[in-house]
Amino acid sequence: MPNTEFTPSIPSRPTYTGLVSQGAAPAIMVADEAGAGALIDLAASDASVMDHAHVVLIGCGVDVLRTPAPAAVHEAPDFEAATPVITQLLGEARMGTQLYLAGSEGLIGHVSAIAFAQGLPLDVIQSEHRGPIARRMQCVHCKGITEDVTTDPFTCSHCGLTLFVRDHFSRRLGVFQGVCVDAETPGVVPETVEIRP
Amino acid sequence: MTMHFNDETFRGDYTYHNSPEAIRRFPFPFDQDSYMYSVNIEQHPGGPKGTPFEFKFDVDEHYVAEMKDREITLAEDPLRCQSLPHMELAGWDLLELIMVSKARDYPDLFTLHRDGNDWHWINKPLGIEKKFTFLDPTTLPCGPMEYITRQTQGDFALLHERDGNLWMDAGMVTSQADWSLDFDVGMNFFEWHAPVPKARKMGVFDKALKFLLAVGQGQHYRRLNWTMTVNPRLDTSPENYHKWGPEKRTITPENVGQKQFLRVELQTFFRLPRSNALAFPIRCYLANLEDLAIVPKWGRRLHRVLRDIDPDLADYKGFAVNQETIVTYLSQFDDGAPTSPGIFPDA
Repeated sequence: MPNTEFTPSIPSRPTYTGLVSQGAAPAIMVADEAGAGALIDLAASDASVMDHAHVVLIGCGVDVLRTPAPAAVHEAPDFEAATPVITQLLGEARMGTQLYLAGSEGLIGHVSAIAFAQGLPLDVIQSEHRGPIARRMQCVHCKGITEDVTTDPFTCSHCGLTLFVRDHFSRRLGVFQGVCVDAETPGVVPETVEIRP
Repeated sequence: MTMHFNDETFRGDYTYHNSPEAIRRFPFPFDQDSYMYSVNIEQHPGGPKGTPFEFKFDVDEHYVAEMKDREITLAEDPLRCQSLPHMELAGWDLLELIMVSKARDYPDLFTLHRDGNDWHWINKPLGIEKKFTFLDPTTLPCGPMEYITRQTQGDFALLHERDGNLWMDAGMVTSQADWSLDFDVGMNFFEWHAPVPKARKMGVFDKALKFLLAVGQGQHYRRLNWTMTVNPRLDTSPENYHKWGPEKRTITPENVGQKQFLRVELQTFFRLPRSNALAFPIRCYLANLEDLAIVPKWGRRLHRVLRDIDPDLADYKGFAVNQETIVTYLSQFDDGAPTSPGIFPDA
């Protein structure tokens, strides 16, 4: 399954250009189950990319990445568990370290935001979208984040407001913006539709 | 003290009002009978005496009430003021620019004594007197940007320049036309403008960025922008949209003249000396239709502009739902006579 193609949108909406090997440079790789396939394809294109790669797999097993073996592999059951190890790896990263992200928009947004906070330059971050079209949404009203949003509008899992899904995206927070859809006419809510790529 | 400050509110009972003098000096944004985006940048300050363009930072009858409203907004939501760590020097630059300008332009209201880095600031309208050490953050109760913008009308964005772009890395934003600093902080010029319709395709942002990057030390510019707001509310934030949104649907033919406000942003640009950042103050002026129509030229022109505007812009500026009521109301002030060029009232 190749990198997902998204409909062209506004300039703040992130685009995922796909992973391209930067050779045997020090690397941090983060992927979920669908994204692990992109790492396998990356390694197939250039085995040396794994020579100094520290891989963090979220919600999937090490066995998906057997050969060529990365320098180190860490498994985490979810984002929350993965965050401290990713933060530490990024904090220790030396100049020239490459960051490869693969999987859901939520994963890419979340890890990019950590990298942004750690001062990693944007040009060393590559990303490839694989798997379901689900978004990590922040409610602009209560600031709560709802993971894996697949419909527009959706209900904020924190404050319960009905929010419409904007394409406006904050790299710093790693989230799309959700805004109350019936603010002017409480209770008048458009029909729920599936989010499209 | 020579200036009178209104006792008024921008929320709840909305007692905000403009004196006849404030109406006369209102920065009416339309220099012709139609409107489309343009870069419309001019040198600042510069303009007739008594207008909001006379000084770098205009102080008017709403000053004290606006600062109280900012205090309320910040108490409810401290994220309206943010500064990424590398922006503190730009904050000091801004504090210096504002203190020096206000003390020079309004000597009855503000005083600044400087002895090296030992500064003594007196703000009479707000009853503030403070001795502090310039560039030493431990001598102020909060960061320098927050300190001075709690005493200055208008929103402020501080833009860091790198990689041929401008990055909104700090700001104080409590009187915004529906955008979120908390969401946008850290974005570049194209990203934070992403939701604006049409303008990118027209090349407006490419031209504007090119211009802004070329602004050098000692050069200052301004432009006017506008939108429409129901009730004189400064805090039309996305954060509180579910609270103020319902008010947009309260416009009737009977109340439109009083409740519908033209919201004008006087946007200025200053290159800051130490940080090389750009300061981008966005000052908000509010006047309702009834008051604007006191100036015959403005009544005629506003009718024509809002009647003929591109539907996408009416939608983006948030008044499409009330456009018909607004235009019908304004038509009584439009006798079809020609209007003179420029924004100022006829003498």
